[in-house]
Amino acid sequence: MTYQLNHLKELESESIFVLREVAAKFENPVLLFSGGKDSILMAHLAMKAFHPARIPFVFLHVDTGHNFPETLTYRDELVEKLGVRLIVASVQEAIDKRLIVEEKGYHASRNLLQTFVLLDALEKGKYDAALGGGRRDEEKARAKERFFSHRDEFGQWDPKNQRPELWNLFNARKQPGEHFRVFPISNWTELDVWQYLAEEKVPLPSLYFSHKRKIFERDGLILADSPYITRKPEEVLEERVIRCRTIGDMTCTGLWESDASTIEDIIREVSTARKTERGGRADDKRSDTAMEDRKKEGYF
Amino acid sequence: MTTELLRFTTAGSVDDGKSTLIGRLLYDSKSIFEDQYEAIEATSLRRGEEGVNLALLTDGLKAEREQGITIDVAYRYFATPKRKFIVADCPGHIQYTRNMVTGASTANVALVLIDARQGIVEQTRRHSFIASLLQIPHLVVCINKMDLMDYSEEVYQQIKEEFSGFSNKLNVKDIHFIPISALKGDNVVEASENMPWYKGGTLMYYLENVHIGSDNNFIDTRFPIQQVIRPYSDDYHDYRGYAGRIAGGVLKKGDEVTLLPSGFSSRIAKIDTYDGELEEAYPPMSVTVLLEDDFDLGRGDMIVRQNNQPTISQDIELMICWFNDRPLQVRGKYLLMHTTQEMRCMVGEIRYKLNINTLHRDLEDKHIGMNDIARITIRCTKPLFFDSYRKNRITGSVILVDEHTNETVGAGMII
Repeated sequence: MTYQLNHLKELESESIFVLREVAAKFENPVLLFSGGKDSILMAHLAMKAFHPARIPFVFLHVDTGHNFPETLTYRDELVEKLGVRLIVASVQEAIDKRLIVEEKGYHASRNLLQTFVLLDALEKGKYDAALGGGRRDEEKARAKERFFSHRDEFGQWDPKNQRPELWNLFNARKQPGEHFRVFPISNWTELDVWQYLAEEKVPLPSLYFSHKRKIFERDGLILADSPYITRKPEEVLEERVIRCRTIGDMTCTGLWESDASTIEDIIREVSTARKTERGGRADDKRSDTAMEDRKKEGYF
Repeated sequence: MTTELLRFTTAGSVDDGKSTLIGRLLYDSKSIFEDQYEAIEATSLRRGEEGVNLALLTDGLKAEREQGITIDVAYRYFATPKRKFIVADCPGHIQYTRNMVTGASTANVALVLIDARQGIVEQTRRHSFIASLLQIPHLVVCINKMDLMDYSEEVYQQIKEEFSGFSNKLNVKDIHFIPISALKGDNVVEASENMPWYKGGTLMYYLENVHIGSDNNFIDTRFPIQQVIRPYSDDYHDYRGYAGRIAGGVLKKGDEVTLLPSGFSSRIAKIDTYDGELEEAYPPMSVTVLLEDDFDLGRGDMIVRQNNQPTISQDIELMICWFNDRPLQVRGKYLLMHTTQEMRCMVGEIRYKLNINTLHRDLEDKHIGMNDIARITIRCTKPLFFDSYRKNRITGSVILVDEHTNETVGAGMII
């Protein structure tokens, strides 16, 4: 008799353990839901962790107003199916109220503005823990994250002074006004996520599968045509067969030329990929430490 | 998909070839992506370094890259068709003992690197001792830079003997030696043609095949309850499930169990998961257990077997690694976290402080500061249900938290 879990089951079990710790240790946790595959995985794991009870977390979507329309459709259907409450924190609203100012120019993106809106929503909702789908394999600053990551009253991350995290003992103590970011899928890789979603037969947004779309190229990235981005004169539109490897804003999500039309195709593609998934994210390309800088301020 | 997960830890300083070794494992298993490689190539070039500095792959923080040192544990991932690996890459300097302890806490294998030119140094002893203190089941000693010692079998044997002499004092069940050159690739992924005298497998072969199936405790049943699942819905009106992750032993439907702390007995009615009912469950599975009788059970309570119970006591004796610049206070009060329990405790006595380089026990020095390791006693406000750390790494470990700053100040292994 061998008692050995395969790696996906072990990762699942670890994530479920973390999700349950959050439910037990915090008064008012919220699950950050972007509509991307990592937050879809989180929602699925949360459903399993508390079955047959409902997920004990509110879902929070920081809506930049620059989403792919497919993302919003998927989001609304999922929330309905799970029976959870969705709160939308709108970047557009914050701009309209003149709380934040939109970037200008060809590279304008609402990526950075999300941090303000996120922190504002966490404060207003008095959320003491925000569950995120960040993974350590995604990016070098995220490789340093804890499962339970402390944020001060300004929502800031202090990467040089993190609490040691041992075994499965998570220190969730904090002062009033402070909060935690919790990353239950820290140890999953991109390939793990796809393999697991395939095994679990989780429905996914159509954006992840190959489709025809009007695109243009900029700095080696393929970007989708959208009303939210201004093209330079030399950037011409053409139609190509592409898919998303990550889903972010339409302004900063690099697309991949691909004819992967099933999840099995995607797994084959990911397991032989020579570039990281975030290699196509314009928001990471702003500097060598773009992610660390944003995370310190309170980004996802 | 039947790939196993193996967690290993490495520790080391800038020069011992650790980054090169990890870089090679990642590179040869095709886990370094082009854009990552191009990014570190560009950074290396900009900083005027000779060649591509693979350490930049793991040194993710700005301060680490600027100072060329590893400050914190970085996690790296790679996979082969046989296994998926999680590498906890830790800084090796004495001032980062706490990071080494952190990285070691969940590892199945500790990888200790020895520079063949220098043989066993202080840092080797420290890593090996921490691996033994944290009860990492397997230790693999890589004698590196063999290319610089003419791939000499004598050098290898000498270091191996010296290490064995020292490791007799440690408590590690399984030690394995491999002569390698991380830089040239000998015995890392490919077998070396330069060391025909070495008949063992490569490091990758070892990592893919070392038997980790018995690393968990499958004998002593321990189920710490995380929370109670009560759906309050029409379909599940009387459902009352205890959610948790199995910390030891095998739970079977129908098992007679004892509930702690009450001591009441019941029987397992059902082991539930989203995917359906299970006949049995084992570590590290997360499940929901339903009992035949209704009891008032909740978070912090534990389900165990009648004839195999943990120690129940308010007084514990432990080895502690201190993490904070405010020293450990005798008679100081701290918050203690153990499995799913949280309670206050008070430090009793400091029995001795351990010199982690010589393993000498100092009975006089009672100053336990940052990175120190000591044997102490603690009294808890409530009884704790625990095993010795040697028997079970989950029910045998605690952390101490400062009640004023909320920092995690110490990690303890129960004796």
